[in-house]
Amino acid sequence: MLQIAGILLMMLGLYGILTNRNIIKIILALNILEIGLNIFIISIGFVRGGEAPLFSSEVSSNALVFVDPLPQALVLTAIVIGVGTTALGLAFAKQIYAKYQTFELDEMGEE
Amino acid sequence: MKKFLAIVFVLALGGLILKHLNENALFQGFGDAILEDRVSNAYIDRDVNGEQGEVIFGESSNLESGAANTVTAIVADYRSFDTLGEVTVLFVSSLGVALLLGHSKRRIGLEFKPNFMLKIGSRALFAIILMTGVYVVIHGHLTPGGGFPGGVMIASSMLLLYLADDEFRAKMRGFKVLESAMGVLYIALGLVGLFISGVFLENFLDNGTIGSLFSAGMIPLVYTIIGLKVGSEISSVIDHFLSEEGV
Repeated sequence: MLQIAGILLMMLGLYGILTNRNIIKIILALNILEIGLNIFIISIGFVRGGEAPLFSSEVSSNALVFVDPLPQALVLTAIVIGVGTTALGLAFAKQIYAKYQTFELDEMGEE
Repeated sequence: MKKFLAIVFVLALGGLILKHLNENALFQGFGDAILEDRVSNAYIDRDVNGEQGEVIFGESSNLESGAANTVTAIVADYRSFDTLGEVTVLFVSSLGVALLLGHSKRRIGLEFKPNFMLKIGSRALFAIILMTGVYVVIHGHLTPGGGFPGGVMIASSMLLLYLADDEFRAKMRGFKVLESAMGVLYIALGLVGLFISGVFLENFLDNGTIGSLFSAGMIPLVYTIIGLKVGSEISSVIDHFLSEEGV
C-alpha cells in the first residue's frame, strides 16, 4: 500500500517538474519526487510485526524480528543530498530573481 | 497540450513501474519481506565477517560493530566511506551557495523592532535547542538520530537567533575554520585506521559493551565530527541566504 503511495508521490512530482514554469515550484516538485522515492525505498524494508532496528532494554536480542535497516541508512544519505540540492537550487533562484525580478521562466528577458 | 502530454507520460511511467513490480517474483509485497533472505540480516547479527552469532543488549561486548543503533552501525561503521562521500556532497553544495551568494555582505533586516523579551527569550531557547542537538549527536550510536539530524538542530538554533535579533550575525569565519578542520579530521581518522588495520576508515578503537555511552569505538567520534561539520555548513548556508548586497 505504502509502495503505491510512494510511486504516486513520485508521479506527482515528475508531473510538477514537467509542467511548471516557476523556479520555486520546480524545486518544490523535485522535493515531492524525492519524498516519494524515499517512502518507496523505506517501504521495501518493512517487515510486518518487526521492531525498529535499534537494540534497547526492551528490544534486547538479535533473535527478534526486525525491519530492514539497510534502506533506512540509504534514505538517510538520500535526504542529506536532497537538502544539498535544494539549497543550491534556491541559491540559483535567488540569483535569478536578483537579475530578472521574477521567478517565472517565461517572463525572463522580456523587458 | 503540454499538460496532457505530461499526464500521459507520467501515467505511463507509473503504470510501467507498478506492472513490473507486481510481476517480479523477487519483489515481495508490503510487509512480506523475509529478513533472513537478505544481506541486511548480517548487519543486525553483526556477522558480516561471519564471526559473531549473538547480540544481547547490555551484555555482548566487543562485537564487530558496537553501536546499539543498527542504522548508525551501517552509516558510520560498515559504510563509513559512503558517508564521507555524502559529507563531501553537502560540503560542495554549501560551497556552491557561498560562491553564488558570497558577495552579499549586509544581513537582511527584520520588518519589526525586536523587543527585550524576544531577545532574551530567544537566547534561552537557543541554549535548549543547542543542548538537544549536542545530545542527539553524542547519543547517535544508542538512540535514533546522530550526526546529521543533530547538526541540523545546531544550525536551527543559529537560525532562531537570526530570526529573533536584528543585530545578530554569526561569526562565519569561525564556522568555516570548524568545517574545514572537521573535514580534515574525518579523513585523518580514516588514515589512522588505514595505518593500524590496513583498511581506510577501519574501526581501530575498542568496541566496548553494546548499549553503554562509551562504546562502539570510532562511531561517536565520527558522528561528532559529522555533527559539527553539518551544523557549520547549514549555518553558513543560512547566513548566505539571510544576507543581501550592500555594505
